[in-house]
Amino acid sequence: MGKTLFEKVWDNHIVDKVEGGQEILFIDRHFIHEVTSPQAFDGIRKRGIGLYDKNRIVATADHNVPTKDQHLPIKDELSRLQVDMLTYNCKEFDIELYGLGHKNQGIVHVIGPEMGITKPGMTIVCGDSHTSTHGAFGAVAFGIGTSQVEQVMASQCLLVQRPKTMRIIIDGELGKGIYSKDIILYIISKLSTSGGTGYFVEYAGSAIRSLSMEARMTICNMSIEMGARGGMIAPDETTFEYIKGRVYAPSAKQWGDAVSYWSSLYSDEDAIFNKEYVFKAKDIEPMITYGTNPGMGMGITQSIPTTKEVERPDNLLQSLNYMGLNPGESLLNTPIDHVFIGSCTNSRIEDLRIVADFVKGKKKADNVQAFIVPGSKQVEAQAKSEGLHDILFEAGFELRGPGCSACLGMNEDKIPKMEYCVSTSNRNYEGRQGPGARTLLVSPLTAAVIAVEGKVVDPREYLNQDTFV
Amino acid sequence: MEKFSKLLSSAIPLIQENVDTDQIIPARFLKATSREGFGEHLFKDWRFDEHGEPKSNFILNDPVYSGSILVAGENFGCGSSREHAAWALLDYGFKVVISSYFADIFKGNALNNGLLPVQVSSNTLRELLEAVQLDPMTLIEIDLEAQLLRVNEIGILEHFETNLYKKTCLLNGYDDIDFLLSQKEKISAFERKHIEF
Repeated sequence: MGKTLFEKVWDNHIVDKVEGGQEILFIDRHFIHEVTSPQAFDGIRKRGIGLYDKNRIVATADHNVPTKDQHLPIKDELSRLQVDMLTYNCKEFDIELYGLGHKNQGIVHVIGPEMGITKPGMTIVCGDSHTSTHGAFGAVAFGIGTSQVEQVMASQCLLVQRPKTMRIIIDGELGKGIYSKDIILYIISKLSTSGGTGYFVEYAGSAIRSLSMEARMTICNMSIEMGARGGMIAPDETTFEYIKGRVYAPSAKQWGDAVSYWSSLYSDEDAIFNKEYVFKAKDIEPMITYGTNPGMGMGITQSIPTTKEVERPDNLLQSLNYMGLNPGESLLNTPIDHVFIGSCTNSRIEDLRIVADFVKGKKKADNVQAFIVPGSKQVEAQAKSEGLHDILFEAGFELRGPGCSACLGMNEDKIPKMEYCVSTSNRNYEGRQGPGARTLLVSPLTAAVIAVEGKVVDPREYLNQDTFV
Repeated sequence: MEKFSKLLSSAIPLIQENVDTDQIIPARFLKATSREGFGEHLFKDWRFDEHGEPKSNFILNDPVYSGSILVAGENFGCGSSREHAAWALLDYGFKVVISSYFADIFKGNALNNGLLPVQVSSNTLRELLEAVQLDPMTLIEIDLEAQLLRVNEIGILEHFETNLYKKTCLLNGYDDIDFLLSQKEKISAFERKHIEF
């Protein structure tokens, strides 16, 4: 019997099997950041052991960093302490750190791929649930807790239970103005916030094949939002083309061997998945969330469910009460206070291009504070060189330095209580963007159109015939 | 990690479903660099208003309920991988969380820290929530060795699943690192023949 893509990569990393069905899984790359690593370093020190292999660890500071005045010391004392601690730990253990001020600094899930560290067939972990992003390259990549960060530091391995496999096929062509963010929000709205729990997902089908690497990363990034352990896409020419020439890409001498190995990473025709879903690309509208988990999403022209349409009306009402919305109503024309474009989901160069392409020559609405946070210093530099910064600045967008920013209300960028933020990030939980903040998740294009109109609108009605493919 | 074998305790019923780790411990409290002290911020924005006053309508602030077992709605612990969520629950005094479904990463984090996630059927969860709400002194017994949940008052006796290896770790207070360090030779041997680009 054939193997799935996931099984090929996973099986290639099994050191041994132990009692109770757990497996010892070898980890090729370990990304760390300032929030979930200090206690792990502490553990390593207390045990008096060293790192298994410092060269397999890559560090960056992203969650706590301010996005304004990055050259100045961090104002918040605890944030500064955490970032300083990472610098100190990396120095002590001699780990490569892309810290604040480094030309490669950025959100961990943006810099890994852009430096070519993330490659097909690898196992990749990080103390961060959005590690699933790297699955876009055909890697088995998933988020872990701090105890596991310590395990990987100590042994380069994890003791894990093999997840079940799921395939989600999206066939056909996407409509105009529909992006990969809409695909993943659509999938999560169908499967719910727990529909993928226990599974490792493979995304396949012609709609997925047609996507760029940036767009594929957006999809894999949000796998965790349906509870899945991770998500992956079989590598192909698009993948190889993206990796070629990057700092940590295989050398010219190794390139042929690498590509021939990577080309073997796909699900065999007779491979069996524990679960399978098929969706049609033409059924997907621009999506928006109305509630307080990413599964509470709908097509932008649809209405919020009524209490009769859901299993747990009490949960719906609690969410809508927090959001200041009512069952059965449409979100169209709802005035918006903030538009945030950024996060490990949508802060890559392609996202910035989509936004700039739309807002060129336009102005953001007066009632909206619009800000863009590039995912990395490299994205920032690229955007500047393409002139995107000027376009966005002219349109009234505030441009910040790279970091996790308003995705998680941990740094200085927070959304005030009860204000609406249309956001390209990944979570709309209560208080996620700041205590009492109300988040509506959308694609970068939808966010750009809403920034200009000042209220929720269907982006498709504002597209110039010639501009968008 | 502390050993865990048996627990007999009253419980606190948290009826919400899909409780995410941002609710268990909001991101702005993740700035500590040790594992201690997170209990103070457990369910911060549900427990306290913006002035730091306890919200009377939140279950942890209801003096009627006490105990080291949290009974929570389906899909507990979804979202961020922050282990701080498990540390906060433990630091507050919980030793067991009962739900009909747990998010994967949270479950692993809990087990790695000696907080036992007990997954029961939806029916049992409903009965437990009702029983505890009706009589806050209802005692729930968790026997890890036998993998049994027992509530004598309402005649519940349910077997729960747990990973055998994890069970051994909890019963003995071992953690995974001790085990993995003992496998170093196998790991190095694997690495020598492992091909990567």
